[in-house]
Amino acid sequence: MTLRHSSGQSRAERAELLREIGSERILVKDGPYGSMIQSYRLDEEGFRAGRSFNHDQKGNNDLLNLTRPDVVGEICKAYIDAGADILATNTFNSNAISLSDYGIAGMTREINLAAAKLTRACADAATAKNPDKPRFVVGALGPTNKTLSVSPNVNDPGYRAVTFDEVKGIYREQIDGLLDGGVDFILIETVFDTLNAKAALVAADEAAEAHGEELPVMVSMTLTDLAGRNLSGQTVEAFWHSVRHAKPLTMGLNCSFGATELHPYVNALNPQVEGMLCVYPNAGLPNELGAYDEPPEMTAKLVKGWAENGWLNVVGGCCGTTPAHIKAIAEAVKDVKPRQWHALPPALRLSGMEAASFF
Amino acid sequence: MSDVENSVQRATFINIGERTNVTGSARFKKLILEGDYTAAVEVARQQVESGAQIIDVNMDEGLLDAELAMDTFLKLIASEPDIARVPIMIDSSKWSVIEAGLKCVAGKPIVNSISMKEGIEPFIAHARKVRRYGAAVVVMAFDEKGQADTQERKVEICAKAYDVLVNQVGFPAEDIIFDPNIFAVATGIEEHNNYGVDFIEATREIKQRCPSAKISGGVSNLSFAFRGNEPVRKAMHSVFLYHAIQAGMDMGIVNAGQLEVYDQIPQELRDACEDVILNRRPDSTERLLELAPKYKGTGEVAETQDAEWRSWPVEKRLEHALVKGMDQFVVEDTEEARQQIARPIEVIEGPLMAGMNVVGDLFGSGKMFLPQVVKSARVMKKAVAHLLPYIEAEKTSTSRSKGKIVMATVKGDVHDIGKNIVGVVLQCNNFEVIDLGVMVPFQEILKSANDNGADMIGLSGLITPSLDEMVTVAEEMTRQGFKLPLLIGGATTSKVHTALRIAPRYNGTTVHVLDASRAVGVCTALVSESGAQARDFAAKVAAEYEAIRVERGDGKKEKLVSLEMARANAYPIDWAAYTPPKPAATGTRVFAEYPLHELVERIDWTPFFRAWELAGNYPAILEDKVVGESARKLYADARKMLDHIVREKWLTAKGVVSFWPCRRDGDDVVLFEDDSRSKEISRLYLLRQQVEKRSGRANMCLADFISPEADWIGGFAVTTGHGIEEHLARFKADHDDYSDIMLKALADRLAEAFAERLHERVRKTLWGYAPDEALANEELVREKYRGIRPAPGYPACPDHSQKPELFRLLNAGQNAGISLTESFAMMPTSAVSGYYFAHPEAAYFGVARIGRDQVEDYAKRRGVPIEQAEKWLRPNIGY
Repeated sequence: MTLRHSSGQSRAERAELLREIGSERILVKDGPYGSMIQSYRLDEEGFRAGRSFNHDQKGNNDLLNLTRPDVVGEICKAYIDAGADILATNTFNSNAISLSDYGIAGMTREINLAAAKLTRACADAATAKNPDKPRFVVGALGPTNKTLSVSPNVNDPGYRAVTFDEVKGIYREQIDGLLDGGVDFILIETVFDTLNAKAALVAADEAAEAHGEELPVMVSMTLTDLAGRNLSGQTVEAFWHSVRHAKPLTMGLNCSFGATELHPYVNALNPQVEGMLCVYPNAGLPNELGAYDEPPEMTAKLVKGWAENGWLNVVGGCCGTTPAHIKAIAEAVKDVKPRQWHALPPALRLSGMEAASFF
Repeated sequence: MSDVENSVQRATFINIGERTNVTGSARFKKLILEGDYTAAVEVARQQVESGAQIIDVNMDEGLLDAELAMDTFLKLIASEPDIARVPIMIDSSKWSVIEAGLKCVAGKPIVNSISMKEGIEPFIAHARKVRRYGAAVVVMAFDEKGQADTQERKVEICAKAYDVLVNQVGFPAEDIIFDPNIFAVATGIEEHNNYGVDFIEATREIKQRCPSAKISGGVSNLSFAFRGNEPVRKAMHSVFLYHAIQAGMDMGIVNAGQLEVYDQIPQELRDACEDVILNRRPDSTERLLELAPKYKGTGEVAETQDAEWRSWPVEKRLEHALVKGMDQFVVEDTEEARQQIARPIEVIEGPLMAGMNVVGDLFGSGKMFLPQVVKSARVMKKAVAHLLPYIEAEKTSTSRSKGKIVMATVKGDVHDIGKNIVGVVLQCNNFEVIDLGVMVPFQEILKSANDNGADMIGLSGLITPSLDEMVTVAEEMTRQGFKLPLLIGGATTSKVHTALRIAPRYNGTTVHVLDASRAVGVCTALVSESGAQARDFAAKVAAEYEAIRVERGDGKKEKLVSLEMARANAYPIDWAAYTPPKPAATGTRVFAEYPLHELVERIDWTPFFRAWELAGNYPAILEDKVVGESARKLYADARKMLDHIVREKWLTAKGVVSFWPCRRDGDDVVLFEDDSRSKEISRLYLLRQQVEKRSGRANMCLADFISPEADWIGGFAVTTGHGIEEHLARFKADHDDYSDIMLKALADRLAEAFAERLHERVRKTLWGYAPDEALANEELVREKYRGIRPAPGYPACPDHSQKPELFRLLNAGQNAGISLTESFAMMPTSAVSGYYFAHPEAAYFGVARIGRDQVEDYAKRRGVPIEQAEKWLRPNIGY
């Protein structure tokens, strides 16, 4: 059974609505949960909130969807108040591979279901309050901590710690939980391994078939070096060719570095992406202590530059950004026209680590 | 090696490496069966190094667990950046093996293959899965009745599969590749004789019926009857590809390192192969069989010749090694050349460059394939590597230069006369010039500036897309924190463009340098010892450019009218009173070697003097008080060289002309297949002036000169650049820049003269609308005749990006040996192309600035994103 959004719209209709609003103005995505949760300074007991586990849970941010919905809901509302149109679930690590680090792989579905319902409720309450600004809920899929295209063992380059079908399976489990909890779309984010993302795309496609409806996905790549490649060695154009078949609702970049360093890669994607372009950078580069100290006005100023270049449809924040950053960003782009895009001329567009187009 | 890299983007035929295929390579099979994956990975690396743009991986062998082998091998090469940079073709006849492969590839691969051999249902199921994994697909021309052998069956099956994929599965047409089956010919069985023709003709038809789909094939099947005789097989493959590519074959599974150069196949063997492949005579198989043993030797051609080349002079041996891509003897030959030639650097500039120029010519004229060029480049690298220590040792105490400048013609552009002149002048004035050549990407320019501690960077370009590339270089310099002065020069550059578009993107000083004579002054000021002079100069330039920007920003521009209003004010022609003349000659006319002497008398000399920066009109310039003496001397030298050019055939003039039925459709001209004007074959997208006109003046567009009912249009491409490299290399080796520049300037003039002469023949006979025209050369130069020949990229139709379509229509690559760079510059450089308009009122004009409405309209007409259209039309954008 598919749990529908309270409006009764299908996911394809929700996607159409998002595109429609996106044709009028630049949409705003929320910021991260991690750094906000840190500010609550929860201890082991704070994470458990009275429930019993066989394993330490301190730092298991996604568990809070179950044990501290008040904390997660408060953060979500802070982003809503900051002006975010698109709200991601707090499920970056809610897959069986990542959760097994905390010994709770078996709770995958429960956590995703709870996270989706919680975010859905916050979003719907906000929409009810201001129907002119409908809020969207996206189920976030993180990259997991295992890679399909790179060997963890330097002496055995052919070795992989996990198989494609295993990764596809754990993503499918997560997607089913999120869909049943009522998310509008799936967000495959912080993709540093392209093959992991492809497994997620296959899982989403199979889930869509099983649920009997179209499932729009958003895809967001991350760069692991300043030469503009991800861990699989791909350039942004090569990565786009690898995922373009899924016709993503949004394609873009997140995390990686700050807006300054991301600039050339947003520029490179802009003419290529047929669909909405979505970028959510970090608050600059971390300082010597690993903390982000780029003030909201600075981040907002930088992304406004992109917007004014006509590069943006959706913008938000990643590591180090806060509701204050999101608010400043929303304010900065609110009167700037969104990016327009067109179909590319037909060509056989392939890729290895580099893109190859044959006309 | 930037030229080689650039040529990758130009190459039209896609080479798929076949050595990582257990069914095609006994060696690879052995390695995989023995589990020697390290060596197997090296096979893949060699494939990519020798030019494969995609690598085919096949593990279909009865003794293997093919799924496991596919998985193991693909995972291993995934971590090799030298290999994994290219796309993978997952090749198997078993679906389970294909699916295992799809789970290992991060990039977007090609699946090879699926087909309808088990019916439509499994075909659809497989296609859906391919889609789900995000791959492109090869479809074999195979159905329940079997593999398609005749042209008719091949076309029928492919058209059916296309329909199912596109309309039922929703598979993008651009991701479909058909393999219409290449079968063995010359087997002795009569039914096989037409297999070559069947493939070639089916290819032509499928490309027409299945838009955006591509054609591929496994080439080695063709010569199966001659296994054991590699020289004959290679010759057959080259001849087959030569014809199949012209018919539209896009890619092929070939041994990238082993293709014979079409032109170098001995004539009798080539003819015999051609007879077999094109099924030209009933006894062609017997004739090839008879000939085959003679070529069965060890090398590419007969054995005797193989050994013989070792006895040639060393320059010839180096050239031979470069053209053949053989590195066996190159180090010893280079050493021999080094001992003979005064300076080690001259070994590079002389025989090695000369050999590479031959390679470049062969490639440019479609007679050599990319992999061979890459092999040649590798031989070159080896030779240079051998010489480097000697060159380094020679660099002891050098005199202090005034300053160091890194110069380059930017990426996508090949024009370098002006840049070379500036280089020579600067060198004469004691500047150290590091000339990076033509088609240089910004990464190389900036790296060289850093590595050499340059004081300045100079960029050059002739065609309009280069202006954009210069902006990119400026932006990158800013991003990388450069502060060096940036000098801009070249025919399309201007102070205004530099001030408006380039200078604002760069944090350092940007100066437009009008010509070589100004270059010394500018460079001297910029590197002055005191620093104060440099600062003053930079401040002065900055102030001047700021003034230009203010003036331009002040709305002093002429007003633009809306596209709608401009169209309403089109050039009025009373079509009822005019009957468009039908061309006397239809079809394509090729001039393989136009007599040069006929062109000499048509030279327009004024631009020649301008190229040398001598101002004034010919012939008056010869008597000019100021430059007269220089002009006379230059003219005498030019005449002398022209004599050599004509008598010793230094250059070969090649050209092609064609006419098509057409009609006007708005601002487009639609070209048709034949007189019935029912089947559209192409469309020419034209631009209209939007600058507000005085009353009585039209907002012109070339389409205005074409009848909306039934008319004709012509197209042409000519070059006089073939053969030039050999002589330029000779001058370079002599350090004779004067002759180098002279020859290039003359070749340019001859190309223009060729265009002019051909236009005359078009008017008088080929189209024949002005059979009685009789004009003196001076009148010809002043264009007093009827009809025009505007060129894409020039003022009346300023978009260079229409050139590829014109070249396709003319088949200019094959017919005139002219290719295009990614920025649509023609190679050889001395070339002219354009359209013919015959209407008596047709006239040249400049489109000038256009509004956003027209750019949007143009983007829509061409079906491209507006950003793309803006990029193409940037020099004309008036908003």
